[in-house]
Amino acid sequence: MRRTVFANRWLPYLLVLPQVLVTVVFFFWPAAKSFYLSVFKSPPFGGRDIFVGLDNFTALLTTSDYYDSVVSSFVFAGGVTGLSVVGGLVVAALANQKIRGLTLYRTALLWPYGIAPAIAGIIFLFIFHPAYGILPYFFSFVTAYEFNWLLRGWIAMALVITATAWTHLGYNIAFFLAGLQAIPTSVVEAASVDGAGPVRRFTAIVLPLISPVTFYLVVVNMVFAFFGSFGVIHAVTLGGPGHATEIMVYKLWKDGFIGLDLGSSAAQSVILMAVVIGLTVLQFRFAEKKVTY
Amino acid sequence: MEAFSRRWTALAVAVGVLLIGMPAQAKTEIHFWHAMTGQLGTSLEAQAKQFNESQGEYEVKPLRKGNYAQTLTAAIAAYRQKNPPHIVQVFEVGTQTMLMSGAVYPVYDLMKHYEIPVKWNDFIKPVVGYYTKDGKLYSMPYNSSTPIFYYNKDAFKKAGLAPDKPPKTWKDVEAYAKKILAAGAAKCGFSTGWPSWTMVENMHATHDQPFASKNNGFGGVEGVELLVNRAFGQKHIGQLAAWQKDNVYSYGGRGGAADPKFVNGDCAMYVQSSALIGGFTRGVKFDWGTGELPHWGAPYRKATSIIGGATLWVLKGKPEAEYRGVARFLEFLAKPEQQMWWHVNTGYLAISNTAVRNLEQGYHFVRNPKQYTAFAQLTGLPPTPPAAMAGKKAAPAKAERVATANSSGLRLGNFVQIRDVIESEMENIFAGKKSAKQGLDDAVAKSNALLKDFAATYKQ
Amino acid sequence: MLAAHVLLAAATLVIVFPMLYAVQVSTLEFQDVFVFPPKLLPGGAFADNLRRAWEKVHLGRLLANSAGIAVVVALGKICLSVMAAFAFTYFRDFPGKTLLFLAILATHMLPLPVRIVPTFQLMHDFGWVNSYQALTVPFFASATGTLLFRQFFLTIPPALSEAARVDGAGPLRFLVRILLPLSVNNLAALFLVEFLYMWNEYLWPLIVTTSDEMRVVQIGIKMLVATDAQAEWNLIMAGVVAAMVPPLVVLLALQRSFVGSISLGQEK
Repeated sequence: MRRTVFANRWLPYLLVLPQVLVTVVFFFWPAAKSFYLSVFKSPPFGGRDIFVGLDNFTALLTTSDYYDSVVSSFVFAGGVTGLSVVGGLVVAALANQKIRGLTLYRTALLWPYGIAPAIAGIIFLFIFHPAYGILPYFFSFVTAYEFNWLLRGWIAMALVITATAWTHLGYNIAFFLAGLQAIPTSVVEAASVDGAGPVRRFTAIVLPLISPVTFYLVVVNMVFAFFGSFGVIHAVTLGGPGHATEIMVYKLWKDGFIGLDLGSSAAQSVILMAVVIGLTVLQFRFAEKKVTY
Repeated sequence: MEAFSRRWTALAVAVGVLLIGMPAQAKTEIHFWHAMTGQLGTSLEAQAKQFNESQGEYEVKPLRKGNYAQTLTAAIAAYRQKNPPHIVQVFEVGTQTMLMSGAVYPVYDLMKHYEIPVKWNDFIKPVVGYYTKDGKLYSMPYNSSTPIFYYNKDAFKKAGLAPDKPPKTWKDVEAYAKKILAAGAAKCGFSTGWPSWTMVENMHATHDQPFASKNNGFGGVEGVELLVNRAFGQKHIGQLAAWQKDNVYSYGGRGGAADPKFVNGDCAMYVQSSALIGGFTRGVKFDWGTGELPHWGAPYRKATSIIGGATLWVLKGKPEAEYRGVARFLEFLAKPEQQMWWHVNTGYLAISNTAVRNLEQGYHFVRNPKQYTAFAQLTGLPPTPPAAMAGKKAAPAKAERVATANSSGLRLGNFVQIRDVIESEMENIFAGKKSAKQGLDDAVAKSNALLKDFAATYKQ
Repeated sequence: MLAAHVLLAAATLVIVFPMLYAVQVSTLEFQDVFVFPPKLLPGGAFADNLRRAWEKVHLGRLLANSAGIAVVVALGKICLSVMAAFAFTYFRDFPGKTLLFLAILATHMLPLPVRIVPTFQLMHDFGWVNSYQALTVPFFASATGTLLFRQFFLTIPPALSEAARVDGAGPLRFLVRILLPLSVNNLAALFLVEFLYMWNEYLWPLIVTTSDEMRVVQIGIKMLVATDAQAEWNLIMAGVVAAMVPPLVVLLALQRSFVGSISLGQEK
């Protein structure tokens, strides 16, 4: 039986038109313009654009600041993804049992997903605050080390990673739970009859079965950490101390909107485009094989 | 929800009206885009209102466009669409960008064209010098300030220090800090706001050391390089890093992030903009005082400090007839009584000597001695206002600081990024990740690349 | 079994702790915020803190902005992507179909940061800076939504549309009367995801709004943190609590559909 039953000449175009219009005006045209701007040096007030070829790119790639920012981005994205995916899996495994009040647990666990990363950043900023945070206070009983994120880059990084990962935990738990519940109990029971312990059962049987979900979540969390985390950085560390938390998106905004260096900012956009294309290819190649065009 | 959607409609209508343009009015409108909030914004609007009521031809319309960076971005976008505001407020680090833009109608030329006499010589030199090119003032100084030294008198008393004698040298600062720490009067000796501005830019200026080559960038765009990694820069920043270890100094972040350290009483001393006097007067619970920036003493000369803040730039591209109104408004702002009013209400500096003299004669500084510190430091005069000496036998004031080429300001392209580079390297140094030399060398190398990039953008 | 239960309870506590802590601090008087060891019992100052935070940064207006923008964008995305997915699934192949479909999918690869400067310039060209249009319209395209609905429509038995055609129902009538009611779960799930996505958006509102009353709530709270010499954390946390409420309401209302749509995806 055929699904495409309606034969209307103009209606499909009309239905697609609004979305295509938004796509072209707000996505393709500006993206193309990013490419254009990236090979020019343009004084902010305009007047003339000097064609410089790949100078904006070489200027970026030959300075340590940009490398630092790339490294920060990957540390940040890796940290966020690692923490929220592994954490999500562990908690989901714990929640995948038959106990009373489970719905309540699940609702509570989903909650952080409803908190904006910047807001989460501000909560954690208070928890981590060197002068009156609860965390440095408790650490002060254990060690004399000063947990001051205004000076110590790695603490600032830990702070923004924790806050961001926390907001994404609920989302990951929801997906892992769905994945775990889709595994037929008979499969796991068969393994336990074979004498495998709970940990062994989990790593040998469950983990491979939910690997598509895991992979999907890794990619989604990476994309989120790379492109959706500007707010945490802006609200909490402003990229500092040093450039310790200056992720690529933050630097791009800073150079473009504060420094008014349009050429460099556009070149950074183009480099980021490569990152996102890479991540998307990964996603479609491995995680969403079922998608057919 | 209904109220909300009504608000949306109202807004859409409002936006529509703005787009179509207001009905013709008898008065010529002068658009003035600015970045002032709160008390400062209110003062600015009051000033515009006063001007509007003082004459019948022009109507100055102040419009806040966000923070400094946003206001500048908005003005640029508007200029590129050939619909700029007449006046835009730009922070001092944007000066070179504005000068090179080709979009500016220099204030000097404007006033000359409309034959409005302005006593340029009456303006405080370090203030106007920052914005003067080839002998012409390009933008109108509006909200200017300079870093000064704040100290907690209660903590001083507790540590057995004279509450009326702020430290004059950095050696004093160290000694006082150690006494304060030993007495348990505070957790740290001193902290700083705006780290690059107070500790690098102004320290070089007040010690008569060059910050950048080509006369701090006043001598051209091509080939300018930073010089902050020389012996003086290394000495000062290296000393801060050493002090950071034993709490004589406590780094508190950029901008005003460290303000709480002083306000809370954590740090007994603080280097921050003179514009904070008003805020501290309202917010600080203990007895406090101000002093001039500490100095390292010989062999360095004691020079005047440099300013920060923002100025008003007139943009090209408006109908010829409207510029007379702009000139009239700037003339109004330059009047001594307006200068005095602005200073008293906001704490920003009055920029003409006449205004300062009038304030002085009105015993403003005797009643508000803290406000005098900045003027003394910028003009080089002794820290006590002359009116306070009236009746006492005193020698006529003799300048304590010299005004030098190194203390007249900085003119660098990509200055916003350069400040960021310097501050992040300072953070690396204070965190112990780099030595002072290494950090400053890196700051200079990165800044030089930015300066080169700027020069390339404006290559003839 | 008990051990697993205890572990789950502990993990849940750790995860919800920051929220509870924020709530707790929001109820304290200013002088009790900085006391060590920290106070663990709530105080009675919540209403007062909230009122002051409300006055300081137009919190009510900002919450309305955030919520309004998130709802409009979520609905806009849903409308546009349902329409497009319907066109791609239920019509005879039309010229350019694959190209248009790929074009829509490609937006997935163009997140805001990679086109930020030109998009901002576009807003200036349109005269949209500091307007609700700027905060909503550029977000209306959704590759995720189009893909989701296309996949979902493909799972619906063709017999349905065949029957509709035989009955003489037009395509739009079929979409509204039959397809949409069947899609309720997916609509709700997508609404949740897109609402939260837009609620979390920070970079664009930061750039494109210039007046305090057009900001979104996160930026308002950031302003509470940054404006004063002494950050009043009890006020900030009251603002934080207020900002947590709308997304939590949406989450609670729609979580069943959201979770349900995930398991649906897994079964295929």
